Amino acid sequence: MDFKLKALTKSIWVFHVSAASCNNCDIEIFDCFTPRFDIERFGIQLAGSIRHADALLITGIINRKCAPRVKKIYAQAPKPCVVVAVGQCALSQHMFRFGYNAPLPLDKILPVDVYIPGCPPKPEAIIDGIVKLVKKLRGDK
Amino acid sequence: MTALFNYLIFPGLLFSSVIGLLAGWIDRKVTARLQWRVGPPWHQNFTDILKLLGKEVILPGGAGLTFMLSPVLGLLSLVLVATLLGNCLLGAAQGFSGDLIVVLYLLVIPAIALIVGAFSSKNPLASVGASREMKLVLAYELPFILSVITVIIKSAGSIQLGEILNRQVNFGSNIASFSGALAFLVALLCMQAKLCLVPFDASEAEQEIMAGVLIEYSGLGLAVFKLTKAILLYAMPVLITILFLGKDTSLLFLTLKFIAILTVAILIKNTNPRLRIDQALRFFWGPVTVLAVIALGLALLGK
Repeated sequence: MDFKLKALTKSIWVFHVSAASCNNCDIEIFDCFTPRFDIERFGIQLAGSIRHADALLITGIINRKCAPRVKKIYAQAPKPCVVVAVGQCALSQHMFRFGYNAPLPLDKILPVDVYIPGCPPKPEAIIDGIVKLVKKLRGDK
Repeated sequence: MTALFNYLIFPGLLFSSVIGLLAGWIDRKVTARLQWRVGPPWHQNFTDILKLLGKEVILPGGAGLTFMLSPVLGLLSLVLVATLLGNCLLGAAQGFSGDLIVVLYLLVIPAIALIVGAFSSKNPLASVGASREMKLVLAYELPFILSVITVIIKSAGSIQLGEILNRQVNFGSNIASFSGALAFLVALLCMQAKLCLVPFDASEAEQEIMAGVLIEYSGLGLAVFKLTKAILLYAMPVLITILFLGKDTSLLFLTLKFIAILTVAILIKNTNPRLRIDQALRFFWGPVTVLAVIALGLALLGK
């Protein structure tokens, strides 16, 4: 296996983009860092700056105001950078899909690597999503 | 040839970065255990550095050559400090007269490199962080130098690390006197600020100004800054050991002293909230400087 890739999968620094979410997904994301789940065991950290990030965690419906900013944030991230859609809103716009201010689901705007469904997803579901992400990066099914 | 080997491999770059990254792991692990978490595996910091080396390097628009040069400047001068300190512990005769002064000057350069790098990135949050870092340097240098002068007075005016160490081996550690104990306390607090650990980490406050001075660094530059921080985590406890706890220099006792000083720093880090920069300045120029002056006076009286 590629050495660089192995280091990347063992130390994923996450930048959390809250794009018009109702805050429940955000609370569940922070739950993952609490003693019960503690994903720092796998080297996952929250990064303060987008320049340090390896993964973008995007929550919420991407509304008209947010869409260009989310694109800009993705362009600012150093590559390789993966995009994770967290919660039903980011996946499929959930109950806002007929809303006047929600033009597109996230995967029409950015290349999404992993989808984590749930409203909000439980921390177990988020950890499952991380496992999927690592498997995808390593290229095995 | 020996100098190059010393600089690059044994007490220098390779050795000190390995020890420093392990010390960084101890920091993360103890923090995790204090919060009832499990914490990362021992190789986590090595993995982080490796990963950062493989990432894309982004130069912000308008950032000049200084943006990429300043991390290297900080790393190179700090490695020189680690080499001087390591050589002093290996054999006291290897130093030269005045190397304590050289070490004090070189220890400021990583902070200056951070400030220059942050200003050259042209990010407003980075310049807020850099101005805070600058005030912090002004704050902690005064009491730190006063506490070092206390040590110099106690070792009969010697400004050579080897002689200070030899004197302690013969006549007992500096910490075993009133003035030495006070100066040790002052130096510990200044070490906390020099390492940018929590009560004094306003320049890198992740929650308010994102990553502050490091905000625009990605890939290689960030890796070099992380490595610099790791080596500082090795060099500062070793310097304090040489200055204050130099009685027994066998490998076992050195390791124990190193881990003890590190643990004190981690405990202070985990039990204190962040100070605003004006509070930090008032703290260092107020009570800490008064303590350092009292230590200086006691040392002059021979206590």
